[in-house]
Amino acid sequence: MSQQYIAAIDQGTTSSRCIVFDHDGSIVSVAQKEHRQIFPKPGWVEHDAEEIWDNVLDVVHGALSKMSITVHDLVAVGITNQRETTVVWDRATGKPVHNAIVWQDTRTDQLVRELGGDAGQDRFRELCGLPLATYFAGPKARWLLDHVPGLRERAEVGEVLFGTMDTWLIWKLTGRHVTDVTNASRTMLMNLATLDWDDTLLDAIGVPRAMLPEIRSSAEVYGTATGTLAGLPVASALGDQQAALFGQTCYSPGEGKCTYGTGSFLLLNTGDKPVKSVNGLLTTVGYKIGDEPATYALEGAIAVTGALVQWFRDKVGLIASAPEIETLARTVEDNGGCYFVPAFSGLFAPHWRSDARGVIAGLTGYIDKGHIARAVLEATAWQTREVVDAMNVDSGVELTTLKVDGGMTANNLLMQFLSDVLDVPVVRPIIAETTCLGAAYAAGLATGFWSDTETLRENWHKAAEWLPSMEERARGKGYRKWKKAVERSMDWIDEDDKED
Amino acid sequence: MPGLIQSIERAAAVLRLLASGARKMGVGELATALDLPKGTVHGILRTLQHVGFVEQSPDTGKYQLGPALFHIGSSYLDGNELRTRALNWSDSLAGRSRESVRIGTLHEGQVLVVHHVFRPDNSSQVLEVGALLPAHASALGKVLLANDPVGELGEQPLARFTEATVTEPERLAEALEDVRRRGWAADLEELVEGEVSLAAPIRDRRTVTVGAIGVSGPVERLCDSAGEPRTDLVSYVREAARAISRELGAIPW
Ligand SMILES: Nc1ncnc2c1ncn2[C@@H]1O[C@H](COP(=O)(O)OP(=O)(O)OP(=O)(O)O)[C@@H](O)[C@H]1O
Ligand SMILES: [Mg+2]
Repeated sequence: MSQQYIAAIDQGTTSSRCIVFDHDGSIVSVAQKEHRQIFPKPGWVEHDAEEIWDNVLDVVHGALSKMSITVHDLVAVGITNQRETTVVWDRATGKPVHNAIVWQDTRTDQLVRELGGDAGQDRFRELCGLPLATYFAGPKARWLLDHVPGLRERAEVGEVLFGTMDTWLIWKLTGRHVTDVTNASRTMLMNLATLDWDDTLLDAIGVPRAMLPEIRSSAEVYGTATGTLAGLPVASALGDQQAALFGQTCYSPGEGKCTYGTGSFLLLNTGDKPVKSVNGLLTTVGYKIGDEPATYALEGAIAVTGALVQWFRDKVGLIASAPEIETLARTVEDNGGCYFVPAFSGLFAPHWRSDARGVIAGLTGYIDKGHIARAVLEATAWQTREVVDAMNVDSGVELTTLKVDGGMTANNLLMQFLSDVLDVPVVRPIIAETTCLGAAYAAGLATGFWSDTETLRENWHKAAEWLPSMEERARGKGYRKWKKAVERSMDWIDEDDKED
Repeated sequence: MPGLIQSIERAAAVLRLLASGARKMGVGELATALDLPKGTVHGILRTLQHVGFVEQSPDTGKYQLGPALFHIGSSYLDGNELRTRALNWSDSLAGRSRESVRIGTLHEGQVLVVHHVFRPDNSSQVLEVGALLPAHASALGKVLLANDPVGELGEQPLARFTEATVTEPERLAEALEDVRRRGWAADLEELVEGEVSLAAPIRDRRTVTVGAIGVSGPVERLCDSAGEPRTDLVSYVREAARAISRELGAIPW
């Protein structure tokens, strides 16, 4: 028998990719394709779900053909996706009724404030583990129901379907309308204890049950693909951050990781019980393997990290590629007193302030482009520091090592600085693409390609380690300045900014 | 206009001519086209060849633009960029070979380590990004020297590190010729006794060598009983180099 593989589709915020893994968990082939970011207004971000579906098929076929692998060599495909991004489509024609509303989009600002009412931001935290914020999917669906003519009536009779990107892809691949618990836990519509849609939440947020997918585990065969991938079992779905937690083999309570991509997300496994946060973190489902009980996680979500580097490349134009920021940053010794708070979509964890907008603080005539490049990179580290501090308090355990992954871990200057400001070692595993790896692992477990999580743990190896080398005084001063800069980003949006 | 140097003007004319034509040109053709004495054109070509701006076909003796010229203007590949683009494939190489992986570029005659992946055994190791290695005594360095358009050997005389270090320039030149022919290089205990390294070139879309990737480890693990580099490891290294080159847009070879 020829060699067998598992494929993972990572439908991300900026691109879709497909990675094929062998039994050792090594990468055999990769294909990637970016899709358009549609910005209809300041603060609005959309994707074309049809374009994404085309790209997903392209990258799957691309990854296979690069290594002359066929669909028959694949045991299964797993799916991982940008979370919260919301699409509604016509059940009969399969056509989306509107562009997908991306997680970064802030158009539901007013709506979530209204939903909070007198109870405020934490009105639903007990039920769904989340604060009211523009970030989550349920209110985005509600916005569509309110703004696309006739949509609510059609939703109530199940003529149109709601999904996050996992649901959209599984539906396109297999015709089944399902989601997994991790993605469902990001809608504000799922009850964290029952792992089912919650009538209180559905009523309050105003989303009819008839349009919702069935909630399933993260690792099981949802169906078999038709079309050009005919016969391929679709065997896992996890939100990208949960997939990275799974790929980092954080299977025991107390184990966690931080993934550095468009945004950055620190997740800590808290075992089979949801832990409530009082410090601005999210309570979410980590994963659920088949019939086993769900594993929960605490999450520190940072909206803008790699996206700031990308913005610096595309909108400022001082660098031609993201990695060049390190070269530019190394032209100077330090940040020269300059701090960059990238509150482009407001501030996520631990602040949850939709009224914040980006600031560059500490500017003087001395600051040159190298200092700003440093401030751009350092913003990622300081934001991590804030969520680590919150995590230490909420979980009751001090972080002793930070496991990292994602594209930004290729940046040595950043990883060193991260270790410096956290004052703990930072380690990268041998696969930086843990998001895909996690989806592959889950699909492999569901289909018997891998026997158990212990086998997967044996694949985890340290590929790099950065040790702290900053003096306490410098760290303390830097953090103090960072916090002052964050204060300056808040309370920027006024009432009249919201009038279209 | 004071200070214009005639020979540079003529060199520029030679380059322009070579760039305009789709084919290689001989000294005679160039001399006729530029209306210059053959001896003068020959001198210009030899100088341009020395700095890597033109190269001469070994069989026909005709000239064409050289690879060093392409580095100019299009700027060389940033080391941080190389690391980022190579990340997946250097990880895979470490996973397959079970050895540590390094990527290097040439920096003033030495090898600058731009990326390092630990040996995947969870032992304590130190990140060596930014370290410099002697080019003539490392597999990475030999690959880079063998494919360097300028072919500079760095510091002379060649330092000796072990009994096996190649210190005679002639022997090194032969070794580099071998590396070019085979497409990969080995250092067999030439830098550290008991340590072996293997490397292959990373090329970009113009097939210019922009770096080298390799593994290193103890001779017992990297070599077979005859003391030759293990062929499976050599092919892992070459596959990784090809995968990264493809990532950089090189046509698969
Ligand atoms: N060397 C680098 N230095 C700094 N930032 C980098 C570097 N390489 C990549 N990035 C940033 O990392 C991000 C890409 O990382 P990654 O591929 O993990 O994200 P992603 O998974 O594509 O994000 P998403 O899934 O949200 O689309 C980009 O935002 C890019 O700006
Ligand atoms: Mg991603």
